[in-house]
Amino acid sequence: MTTTTVDTHAADHEHDDHGPTKGIKRWLFSTNHKDIGTMYLIFSLVMFFVGGAMAMVIRSELAIPGLQFVHPEFFNSMTTMHALIMVFGAVMPAFVGLANWMIPLMIGAPDMALPRMNNWSFWILPVAFGILLSTLLMPGGAPASGWTMYPPLVLQTGDAFPFLIFSVHLMGISSIMGSINVIVTIINMRAPDMTLLKMPMFVWTWLITAYLLIAVMPVLAGAVTMLLTDQFFGTSFFLAAGGGDPVMFQHIFWFFGHPEVYIMILPAFGVVSEIIPTFSRKKLFGHDSMVYAASCIAFLSFIVWAHHMFTVGMPLTGQLFFMFATMLIAVPTGVKIFNWVATMWRGAMTFETPMLFSLAFVFLFTIGGFSGLMLAIQPADVQYHDTYFVVAHFHYVLVPGSVFAIMAGAYYWLPKWTGHMYNEKLGKLHFWASTIFVNITFFPQHFLGLAGMPRRIPDYSVQFADFNMISSIGAFGFGLSQLIFVLVILTAWKGAKATDRVWEGSHGLEWTVPSPAPWHTFTTPPKNRIADEAFE
Amino acid sequence: MIRKSFWSLLGLFVASTANADWALNMPKGATDLSVETYNLHMMVFWWCVAIGVLVFGVMIISLFKHRKSQGAEPASFSHSTTAEIIWTAIPVVILLIMAVPAAETMIKLEDSRDPDISIVVTAYQWKWHYKYQDEGIEFYSSLARPSVDARRLESGVDVNNVDNYLLDVDRPLVVPKGAKVRLLLTSNDVIHSWWVPELAIKKDAIPGIVNETWFNVNEVGTYRGQCAELCGKDHGYMPVVVEVVEPEAYQAWVDTRTDGGAQLASAQN
Repeated sequence: MTTTTVDTHAADHEHDDHGPTKGIKRWLFSTNHKDIGTMYLIFSLVMFFVGGAMAMVIRSELAIPGLQFVHPEFFNSMTTMHALIMVFGAVMPAFVGLANWMIPLMIGAPDMALPRMNNWSFWILPVAFGILLSTLLMPGGAPASGWTMYPPLVLQTGDAFPFLIFSVHLMGISSIMGSINVIVTIINMRAPDMTLLKMPMFVWTWLITAYLLIAVMPVLAGAVTMLLTDQFFGTSFFLAAGGGDPVMFQHIFWFFGHPEVYIMILPAFGVVSEIIPTFSRKKLFGHDSMVYAASCIAFLSFIVWAHHMFTVGMPLTGQLFFMFATMLIAVPTGVKIFNWVATMWRGAMTFETPMLFSLAFVFLFTIGGFSGLMLAIQPADVQYHDTYFVVAHFHYVLVPGSVFAIMAGAYYWLPKWTGHMYNEKLGKLHFWASTIFVNITFFPQHFLGLAGMPRRIPDYSVQFADFNMISSIGAFGFGLSQLIFVLVILTAWKGAKATDRVWEGSHGLEWTVPSPAPWHTFTTPPKNRIADEAFE
Repeated sequence: MIRKSFWSLLGLFVASTANADWALNMPKGATDLSVETYNLHMMVFWWCVAIGVLVFGVMIISLFKHRKSQGAEPASFSHSTTAEIIWTAIPVVILLIMAVPAAETMIKLEDSRDPDISIVVTAYQWKWHYKYQDEGIEFYSSLARPSVDARRLESGVDVNNVDNYLLDVDRPLVVPKGAKVRLLLTSNDVIHSWWVPELAIKKDAIPGIVNETWFNVNEVGTYRGQCAELCGKDHGYMPVVVEVVEPEAYQAWVDTRTDGGAQLASAQN
């Protein structure tokens, strides 16, 4: 029995060395980290446009006061689905895709540690989002209770309700399997002389992120399961009439939800920490303190959840604790920003597209950080809470934050993936259009929130008209700008042949393999020394 | 370019503070605590501006001076314990400076003891119900008729011509100037949130839970707000209007309401 298994395995391996199988089977049954990474990235891009289309519906309706296009219930479905799709379908899979592609290359591993599970964790996703999107056609419409799924409102969802819960379960299972894979790979498969503190920042931030995911995804699964049993099996976890507590759901949800926002930003920190040193031609400033700062942020993320709930009526001492803990996050986050600036300081910078996106990340994420600090101040948060100020804040940290970092990473590693340089002119055009429009879209939303416009409303009083119009124009501009990115991807194989190093200042193991990276890399472990020398 | 957009954003904000009518900033509001809240907001905002100018300033200098096309040679330093201690310690100090007044205001906000008037606010999908505990007055407050007529798809009404579109109710909450009004909030169905920006009060109305908050308005006037917690399809259509009147006028209002109530009760008998 054992012998047979070994033989089959050996045979598989032989076969693999000849390259991928042809046709659809290559993708359906893939256990190759590069193919799976590619599928994650393409899936994420598709979801980015699906979620983006929903954002366009939202911004069309909000362009002028009065209802013009959709009914309020459908508007609520759009905000709910936009958030679920962007968070679980676009941003998270994009980072998993980058992790799949780059972590084995960066640590000198031949593949992810658990390749079959890798295949499974990807292929669950299209099913999960197929289910979620199918709710748009169901009686009662798609979920319309916000992505936060607060009871009792979420229990008023129509036929879509169990499908919402089930799709969230599937997303959670996929994320958990993905993070197990990342952790096992990083812990066990590093090149022999790559100690933990020698790991590249992207690998580090993903290791921390993976632990966060494993810690909080089951919590979300538990919360939505309780919703399910409240709806169908007569329990009263969150129903006041049966002795339950609706606020308990919020505590459980945000115990997942706050680490979740760091799950979406820590890998972004990692990407930017790879790119800025490359184009500054200088080592990352304070590598170890960056690791400690990321760990600090991860730890703090578990003890600040209730700052999302400053208006639910918590005891004073609880609110004081959550305010102070939340403010503390500014310290490690500040360290990261100062370290990036110090990395640039007295470097020799050039401004290729990945660097431009990373610089915009540092500027605009910092603006999102500032509004985050303002939101931490409880008395002020009472005013900001559930207004467009909050919408502006989290879009600043998610769009020019996470999404820009994903874009930066895509441009940075694209030549390694395709073996060709992408069209730099198009890339820069994409960058400038995105940066200008993202600010036109989201900056005025700060003013709207401060002036008193609540979020998640389909129509508003006429005094909010001007900034809503500006924001809608920006949103359409931003949406259209992303088509340039598609053009860049489609023409990515047309450019000049890329060298192994690709960038003048690049360093690390991923740049020691040929471009495009062959289907199998590091079948024998490399010496980390090679990467060190590549940088000297 | 980045610098340009930064300055234009800053310019936009400066322009905003100069032009108070064009609401860009949080209202100062009409209670002592709303002014305190506004001051906290501005204090943190100016700290952020200061830190932003410093950090972005250093970064922008670097972007222009330390570029390869200017012939810059990369330095080789990659850490400095002194620098890292400094930029960990200074933010901690700044946070402390912010935390102390914020905590003081929070403590005041939470102190709803010894009210002059207590009103039970019950939220419904999609209207408010107010019950004055001692005066025995109660009524529903929902979106005013002109807004209801204008809000539908293809209503044929230009919403720009509707007074206080979506911010007007049929029966506002009436309270006297200078009295400490305590609200006891709960809900009949889903979670709602009672919010009036100028009173700096936002509190969730949750089924099965009674939340407390309070305000004491210094100036007579009409203050408008909205439900702030997503509560279903008509979440955008349940405004809050508070009418603050002189104590005598309030008393007169109470008298007419209670007389009316008594007449109604006797008519029913």
